[in-house]
Formats: sequence, C-alpha cells, structure tokens
Amino acid sequence: MTRTPLRPLARILKARAQGENPDVIERENLRLRHEQQRDASRNRAEVRLLILGFAFFVAFSAIGARMGIVATTEAAEPRSFASGAEILAQRADITDRNGRVLATNMLTHALYAHPKDMVDPARVAGELAAIFPEMNAEDLTRRFTDGRSFMWLRKVLSPEQMQAVHDIGDPGLLFGPREMRLYPNGQLAAHVLGGTSFGAEGVHSAEVIGTAGVERALDARLRDPALSATPLELSIDLTVQAAVEEILDAGITMMNAKGGAAIIMDVRTGELLSLASLPAFDPNNRPNPVLPKDAEPGDSPLFNRAVQGVYELGSTFKIFTTAQAMELGLVGPDTMVDADAPMRWGRHLIKEFQGKNYGPLASVTDVIVKSSNVGTARLALQIGGLRQQAFLKSLGFFDATPVELTEAPGAKPLLPARWPDIVTITTSYGHGMSASPLHLATAYATIANGGITVKPTLVKQTGPRPGVRVMREDVAKESVMMLRKVVTEGTASLAEVPGYEVAGKTGTADKPKRTGGYYKDKVINTFASVFPASDPRYVVLVTLDEPVETSGTEPRRTAGWTAVPVAAEITRRIAPLLDIRPVVEAPPLDQLTAVRN
Amino acid sequence: MRPVIYVLTFIAVLGLGFWAYREHYDTRQALRDVSGLNAEIASLREALALQRAEWAYLNRPDRLRELASLNFERLGLMPLEPTQFGDAANLSYPAVEEFFGDINNSVMVTGQLNPEEEPL
Repeated sequence: MTRTPLRPLARILKARAQGENPDVIERENLRLRHEQQRDASRNRAEVRLLILGFAFFVAFSAIGARMGIVATTEAAEPRSFASGAEILAQRADITDRNGRVLATNMLTHALYAHPKDMVDPARVAGELAAIFPEMNAEDLTRRFTDGRSFMWLRKVLSPEQMQAVHDIGDPGLLFGPREMRLYPNGQLAAHVLGGTSFGAEGVHSAEVIGTAGVERALDARLRDPALSATPLELSIDLTVQAAVEEILDAGITMMNAKGGAAIIMDVRTGELLSLASLPAFDPNNRPNPVLPKDAEPGDSPLFNRAVQGVYELGSTFKIFTTAQAMELGLVGPDTMVDADAPMRWGRHLIKEFQGKNYGPLASVTDVIVKSSNVGTARLALQIGGLRQQAFLKSLGFFDATPVELTEAPGAKPLLPARWPDIVTITTSYGHGMSASPLHLATAYATIANGGITVKPTLVKQTGPRPGVRVMREDVAKESVMMLRKVVTEGTASLAEVPGYEVAGKTGTADKPKRTGGYYKDKVINTFASVFPASDPRYVVLVTLDEPVETSGTEPRRTAGWTAVPVAAEITRRIAPLLDIRPVVEAPPLDQLTAVRN
Repeated sequence: MRPVIYVLTFIAVLGLGFWAYREHYDTRQALRDVSGLNAEIASLREALALQRAEWAYLNRPDRLRELASLNFERLGLMPLEPTQFGDAANLSYPAVEEFFGDINNSVMVTGQLNPEEEPL
C-alpha cells in the first residue's frame, strides 16, 4: 500500500509561495487518511460480524434441528448402556418373610385388532369365537366392519391361545406385550395381597396397578423403578399362613360358621405373620360379585373380616378394664370386688351369662376367669368414663389400624356418640363400641409386650419399633397371668396346648340387626390369646362369624366351644413352625423317634 | 524438505482415515453385540422369572399338602408336632465298644497308634 505523505513537498512549497498556511494541507491529508482507516476497519468489522452471524445461525439451526428430531422421533434406549433388571419387572415382586414368592410378574400378550387390515373379518370373528368362549361371532363381525380402525380384543392371552390366534393368520390381528401379575399360591393370603388390574393401556405396554390390599396400599413402593429389582418382603410367613388357613377352614366347617378370621402377630415387632379371612378369593382372577340387596358386606368373599369386620368384641375387652384398674392402683389381682348379679343401673339390668351369679364378692382374677359382667362393670364405674376412653384410645381403639392395607383406613371403630355411665359399663365388657379383630390383636400385643404399644404391620421389620408405655410392666404381667388362668381354670379350657402356656380370653357378642336390636341366635365368637404366658411372643386371635357347635344335646354358641378349639389347634400347629420350644417334660426315651433335618 | 512433509502428512491422513473407518465399524459391531447380549439377558431374565414363578406355583402349600397325603404310605409325612422337639440330653452317646467295631477286622484299628490312649 502506497502511503501518501502528510506534507507533500510540492504542495507545501506552492502554498508557502502563495502565502498560505501549509499546516492546513497536513490536516487535510490527516483527515483523509483517518477516513480511509475508518472505512477499512468498518469493512473488516462487517465481514467479521457476518461470519459470526453465520456461525451462530449454523449453531442454532443445528440445535434446533436436533431438538426437532428428538421431539418428533420415538425415544430409543441408549444401546451401549449397561442394562440391569429394568428390562423386565416394572413392578416389584412380593415375597413372604423367608423370601418365598407371593406375587410375581409373567410376560404375556394382549390381543388387539386393526379391522381395516383384515382380509376376511367374518372368518376371523368366527375363529376367534371358537377360541375364546366369551366372544360372540356376530357381535365381533359387526364391530369389525363398522369402520373403526382399532379395537382391543383381550387383555391377556395364554401361550396356547396366542398360538391359536397366530394360526388364524390374519394380518389384522396383532399382539402387544403385557406384564401380568401372578399369584402362584392361589387363594392363600388373598386378602393381604389384594389384586391388580391394568391401568393405562398402550399397544407396547400397560400399567399394572394395585386394586386392593398390599398391592394398592404400597403401590408407589412396588412401582418405584429404583426398587423394582428388590422384592417387597412382607411379614407374612407362608407356611404359617397356609397352616392357619387350613385349620380355620376346617374350623369354619366344623362349627357351621359363615366365615372367620385369624391373626398371628409378633408381640415385639407388631409384624403380622398371618392374616387370614375366609371365605377368600383368587387374586389372580379377582371376582366382582354382585351381592343381593339385603346381603351384609361380610357376605362378599372380598370382605376382609380381620381388618374390615368391625363388630362388638364382647368379653375379650374385660382384660382392658381390669388392667386399667390395676394400673390406676384401684385394685390388685386379688382384691375382692362386688360381683353381685344382676346389677341394676338406672333402668338397665346387667346380667351374667345364663343368669349366673359369681358374687356377692369375687377377686379381680376371678372376674376375668369367670368372665363376670357385673364385676367389670363395677371396676369400670370406679375408673370413670373419661379415663376409660383415654385408656382405650391409647390402645388404638379409637382410630383405624395403621396396617398397610387399603381396606384399613376405612375400617374405623364404631364409637357411641356420647359416653354416659351405661356406655362405660357396657364398653367395659365389650358391648356398645365396635372394633375390628386387628384392633383387638394389637391391644393384646400391647399387654403381651409388657405394656408398650406395638404398631401392626405387614412389612418385615428388622427389630421392635419404639412404642409408648401405656401400662406398667407388672400390670401387663399380672394381666397375662390372669389370661393364663382363664385357660387353666376358666371359660377357655379347650385352649390348653401342652407346653405352650396359652393365655387368652373368650368373647361372645350377639350380632346387631340392621334394623336395630340384636339377633338371638347369631353371634360373633372371638378368642384372643397370647403364648407362651411366661414370656409372650405371639398373639393368636380367632374370630368366627355365626358359629354353632352341635355335638352336644343343644347348640352351643359360646366362644369357649367354637373359637377356642380352633385357636388351640392353630397354636399347636404354628408354634413348632415358629421355632418355639414347648415347655414339656421329655417323653420317655423309647418313645423318641429319629427325625432327620 | 517441504515435499517430504506433504507426503508424510498425506500418509498420516490416509492412515488416520483408515483407523477411523475401522474404529467406526468396530464400534458398531460392539453395539450390535451389546444389544444382542441385552436381548439374551432379557430373555434369560424372563425365563428365570417364569421358572421362579413356576417353582413357587409347584411349591404352593396346597399342592405340597395334597402330595404329602397322596404319598402318605411311602413318606409318612405329618405336620410338625410340639412333641417332636427333643433335648440333646436325651440322646445317649454311642456305646464305646461300637467305636472299635469288629476287633478282628484289622482295617478298623490301623489308625490307633497307642492302644492305651483314650478313644476320641
């Protein structure tokens, strides 16, 4: 580039000769040079801006195009990603406390149709109707030809059915993979597990959602993708549950009952080792029975008697009255109390069973052993309604049980609206307020646990959870000893299982009529027990709905004759399974038989 | 000097290109292998889950109970009874004579170095 001098000599000399100021020329040239420089740098800047703009345009178009592609195409799994268990099992398995499978998943297929792709809809309809009995050929033909382009045919198929549909060979019939919930044990623990159904359904997959029981109550845990490979361990012991259901079923048949429930609870942790309610159903194929209008809810097999069956629990409540009286220091186990029957309170007459009289005075232990209504009523009046309510509340009788079942929060105890003295009296022996067998089992577990509350749970625990002390340890121990005497000398003599020191209390309550009042010949029999009495480990609770024992000359409807023998048989069977050594004298040596492990 | 650098650069580009080509195809092959393995793992897992389900189904307590009663004559299986708990103190120790077995059988007593020593 040629550089023009700022002071060209020729022009300077000329200007000097003419007497002009040569500095003007220099300034003029400087100005021109600055303009040139400015133009050049502006050009350069423009080019740079253009390049920068172009670069930004390319970059943003690339990002935009990528976003468009990502948004419009279907997502693909990253192929190089190390795969884990997430391929299968969108829903975690459920196992019992020893890892035996209670619920698992099975891959199967759903059948759907694209009627517009069908070659011969009428033939397809006919062949489908031949495979699936619930389908109707005419109905299917009509739906195949009414112009729709998509329809579901079946939610799940067995492999044989799938092959048969394959053999029809029509391009309009298509299969979508489905994960199906499978309960390999059938009816066992049906009420605990509940059941599942399909939620949102797509061609490629369908959501499996819990409809009842644990499946619904812990749905979020079971569907958590992070935990889908870890099975949910329940506190249920499958072997114990099977034994309990077998014996309970036999008991219901023998006692001519409508149904029954049994609960086995660990008194230290609140774990439910067994929760049975019969009649049961198959969770693989959860029924939807339509009950007649006048039927009770309990008539449905879906009804969980152990949790939802809210009934007056009868004399099993008496132990809470005596325990509270001892806790308050009003009486001791040997204090004599007024048990003179019948007792008049206002216009009410409190009588004993079959009009007996255990009075005029009976020790507190005898009140429990002989199940004296009047004795407990007198104790309850000493305690007073307010303190009685507070105590029952602390045992959990005023709220729904916190167990992990969908049915639990709905089964609230039925409490009288007001609490006059007559309610205090009737509640003291288990009438006037209603609760579920699980409430009762929890309260007995609290007594057996040395007076510290336990929380019933269906999920396996690693150890006892902190509870609240509601009675002194010595009161709890005395109460268990009183319950033990009920078995050794009182109304529950049939509960004795040699070696296991069963302690428990019977309860018989008349069933309330829907129209008010009580049935004369329909009862709920309950037996709540703990064993072994010297160091209580388990609560065994059996309740039978409308039992009647007919081996004698006249029908017997007291718990001592119906629920008690069933509970005894359950204890005898499950105690060895729970690894509890009987406290028995060893049989003579020649009677020992070799048993291999 | 300059042409040598050009030639070397050209060869380097060719070599790198070939390497990149190989790597590209190796990677794709590896990805194919991985997805094949994943599919195999998935099908094995599925089979495993199915077999677990089948195992649980075949071991369901109802069926075992039925089998036990069907084969009662052969197996004599009964529910566990409380009386079956034994005490270790009730077991008698094997008689000492039996420990030696038949004394005439030399094989049985070869291990005994010192006959005075108490048998274990």
